[in-house]
Amino acid sequence: MSELTASAPNGDAGRQFYLTTEHHVKNGTMLGFWVYLMSDCLIFACLFAMYGVLGRSYAGGPTGAELFDLPLVAVNTSLLLFSSITYGFALLQARKGRVGPMLLGWLAVTGLLGAGFLALELTEFVNLIHEGAGPQRSAFLSSFFTLVGTHGLHVTFGIVWLVVLMVQIVKHGLTIPNKRRLMCLSMFWHFLDVIWIGVFTVVYLMGVLP
Amino acid sequence: MSSHSNTLDHAHGHEEEDPLAHASLHGYLLGFVLAAILTAIPFFIVMGNLIASSRVTGLVLLILAAIQMVVHVIYFLHMDFRSEDGWNMLSLMFMLVLVIITLSGSIWIMYHLDHNMMPMSPGEMRTMP
Repeated sequence: MSELTASAPNGDAGRQFYLTTEHHVKNGTMLGFWVYLMSDCLIFACLFAMYGVLGRSYAGGPTGAELFDLPLVAVNTSLLLFSSITYGFALLQARKGRVGPMLLGWLAVTGLLGAGFLALELTEFVNLIHEGAGPQRSAFLSSFFTLVGTHGLHVTFGIVWLVVLMVQIVKHGLTIPNKRRLMCLSMFWHFLDVIWIGVFTVVYLMGVLP
Repeated sequence: MSSHSNTLDHAHGHEEEDPLAHASLHGYLLGFVLAAILTAIPFFIVMGNLIASSRVTGLVLLILAAIQMVVHVIYFLHMDFRSEDGWNMLSLMFMLVLVIITLSGSIWIMYHLDHNMMPMSPGEMRTMP
């Protein structure tokens, strides 16, 4: 390890201006994953900016007010919100350190709520495309499908991760690495919920305003 | 590793603390209730047509969304100024600056660009890509 300590010119050995070792952050994985989430946030920021610019360019096609089914979006939003709290319950079970049916049950409920969210979203997409409001219809619909689809893709990968993690927990128990993975997935899952707040507000609710 | 640096290592601690230490039932329930209320209000406003002006409605929706995001970040993502020695907050701030520049810059510039384009009738628009 390099010796970069710059001692004071008078040779005062007690004073150090630099750390002589690498700075080691506790739970470095968490910080790394957080930085990944922040970069993911930038992807969504770009997509939101795109939607903000193109969201009213209907090209003579259907508008958001004609297409969006707000009760369906409300159901979708509550599914995702409930999946956030059930993941929290799973974490609380994991904190007790036992791999019981409660922990796996809450994780499974979270996964099912996520899958329900995806199913509703895909139904909505299929209906839109059948009505002739596919992504190629107008700039508004292109940006809509890109933004909401990217979010849905994230949820899909979150569910895959969740299933893999459940298998790992069953096989190896609640080891420190598994707890760390559980915490990372928690951050990912709650992060997706945060993004969804932006989606339902900007895309759906503001989209139906005249 | 040089011998005199060991004291520093011990001060920082290499051993990993329990990653689940932040979770609490109280925090999750409080966060969930707040999030549910903050979700219900905007849907109620829009579906009930409570505010006539769509500009005001949009502003109210954005403010509520921002509050709800903060609630989620505090109660579900367990963020505070102390987590990971402040590095979390630093990266969050950096991300926020970039997001604000991206969003406001794009919308501002493209709005003015749109204003200065040639006007187009809906009939011409249908033939556009």
